[in-house]
Amino acid sequence: MESASNTPETPDTRAAGSNASDGEPLVAVHGLTKLFPVDGGPFRKPSSFIHAVDDVSFQLGHGESLGLVGESGCGKTTVGKLLVKLFEPSGGEILFRFTDAPAVSSAEAPWDAAAIRGRLLRSFRRRVQMIFQDPYESMNPRRTIYDIISEPLSVQGMGDVQYRVDRVLEILTLVGLTPAGAFLFRHPHELSGGQRQRVAIARALVIRPSFVVADEPTSMLDVSSRAGVMSLMQNLATEMGVAYLYVTHDLAVARYMCNRIAVMYLGKVVELAETEELLRNPLHPYTKALLSAVPVVDPGRRRLAPDIRGDLATPIDPPSRCRFYERCPAATEHCLNHPHPPMEEKSPGHFVACYEV
Amino acid sequence: MTDRHDPLLKVDGLSLSYQTRLGEVQAVRNVSFELARGSALGLVGESGCGKTSIANCLMRLLPDNARLSAGRVLLDGQDILPLAEEDMRLLRWRRISMVFQAAMNVLDPVYRVGRQIIEAIETHGVESTDTAARERVARLFRMVGLDPQLMERYPHEFSGGMRQRAVIAMALSCDPDLMIADEPITALDVIVQDRILRELKAIQQQLDMSIIYISHDIAVVAEVTDVVGVMYAGRLVEMGDTSDVFRAPAHPYTAALMSSFPSVSGERRPLTGLPGEPPNLSDLPQGCPFHPRCAYATDVCRTQYPPQARYGSHWAVCWHPLDATMAVQS
Repeated sequence: MESASNTPETPDTRAAGSNASDGEPLVAVHGLTKLFPVDGGPFRKPSSFIHAVDDVSFQLGHGESLGLVGESGCGKTTVGKLLVKLFEPSGGEILFRFTDAPAVSSAEAPWDAAAIRGRLLRSFRRRVQMIFQDPYESMNPRRTIYDIISEPLSVQGMGDVQYRVDRVLEILTLVGLTPAGAFLFRHPHELSGGQRQRVAIARALVIRPSFVVADEPTSMLDVSSRAGVMSLMQNLATEMGVAYLYVTHDLAVARYMCNRIAVMYLGKVVELAETEELLRNPLHPYTKALLSAVPVVDPGRRRLAPDIRGDLATPIDPPSRCRFYERCPAATEHCLNHPHPPMEEKSPGHFVACYEV
Repeated sequence: MTDRHDPLLKVDGLSLSYQTRLGEVQAVRNVSFELARGSALGLVGESGCGKTSIANCLMRLLPDNARLSAGRVLLDGQDILPLAEEDMRLLRWRRISMVFQAAMNVLDPVYRVGRQIIEAIETHGVESTDTAARERVARLFRMVGLDPQLMERYPHEFSGGMRQRAVIAMALSCDPDLMIADEPITALDVIVQDRILRELKAIQQQLDMSIIYISHDIAVVAEVTDVVGVMYAGRLVEMGDTSDVFRAPAHPYTAALMSSFPSVSGERRPLTGLPGEPPNLSDLPQGCPFHPRCAYATDVCRTQYPPQARYGSHWAVCWHPLDATMAVQS
């Protein structure tokens, strides 16, 4: 185990003085931006950029689950990877406040993602984990389930072998792979997609993180395992107090998994609200289109065609006006001549970035 | 001309197995259904239930280890299973065409997209001149919502949605009577998905074409088909008018499948889902193969395969069908 007394766990850039983490968000994102160069090379400066994430701000409470919803290419996965430090942001700030941070006096001060390096990165990874979309590619086929799940424990230097075996057995039971002993020395290819995704969840949760980024964890699964994995993640979140950032293209899945939903379009968050509020009372024209495009089982219902034009525009050096302008049914001259609208709180907790709402 | 009221396609007692190292795997067991001209049929079920095997069988695109043990596939009254490969080749694309699941793998990366479709048209002698074929492709492109100028582009220049549309245009290129769409939109975003489904629906009506949709997404099938068949372990377990089946499912498997899908509209019901794993096809349980996962299973389910019974406009194979009136209310 890590010794809690002497490791300087918080970066120097912390804001000193804040003591109560109650009410303070677990993750606070301000103006987060990520640009990927499209051209350029070793001797040439890139002249154009993909604006994958462009000035995104949101907060995520302890134990909360926030859905990030949008079409492919809207930047939702990039946001997820920025939050777990798989990418470094081009701009903006990510602050974490962990309640379980070690017992040094400054423990409750925020961790600035930009300052997390080296030793600190390892202790950051103990608190922040990721579940990937494809359970077939996120695991080493040559290793046993025990190896896969116990790796975070050994990387973190947590406990001896007996402790790790016990923890792995415990988490396997928790994710519904029972009898746990029968799975320990199996290999990934012996498991179905749903079982593998349960292993991936076990691997992420075995070190009891405070925050997990889940990138479409159910989209590759068969119908029968999907509902099971979804309710498993929900139950574990409540039990262990884990906060999720749930990246998905499926609003229906987000409805079941998330307390709040943020809708992204071309690198921007265009609407953010409590889940049921967003679904019942969507304000942004893009959210409306997205919602009306979801097929429903109800045989008596006829859906209207979603009110949207054209295809997803290019994220390469987009004009400064509203990103949704070209496809928007409600666009006006005002939208054309003004920069991308800021997020405004239209009703308590319901934010939207649109001039025409 | 055949009578309009005769079914375009009649599948009769189809059984199909694959020879594997672990023995024979029965993928399709005694499946029968009819498809009327101009109507759309959906086949739903979990992976491995046999829906894609049926599609490949209709196209006669079965792997070498497949064995057809029984059954007939009648297209306008003609059994296509005994046809010689050369005769079958004449039917493919002209009478029956298919939209494959992986649109990325269907298009050849080194040829222009338009060229590939023109080739299909000319091979089947639908148009005699290159100009006519080119015009036909332009018309098809407009039909599926692609700019005809995109004919000159290569597949890698297309987005996922555009490629899927190009593959649909190719499937439509020889005016088929029947199109099989195997998970045509699974990999696409909802807005593109919605647009393609609407286009397919319009084209189907315009050309009086029949479509078989194969999907695990029951919401999609509920929206675009007239008739639906629910498959479990190689068998059809419930079939009938799409709206009736989904309004009042008789088979517990249909109901379980429906309850495992989250919905954006209506009340937020808890997801019950399907317990357990899909069955092992080479070692099916005795009696009703669904009984280990079924909440209503009794002793009779464990020993005897249930009889087929009618419930209004649909039929199901179950010892304990769900109360239709209850299902309407829920």
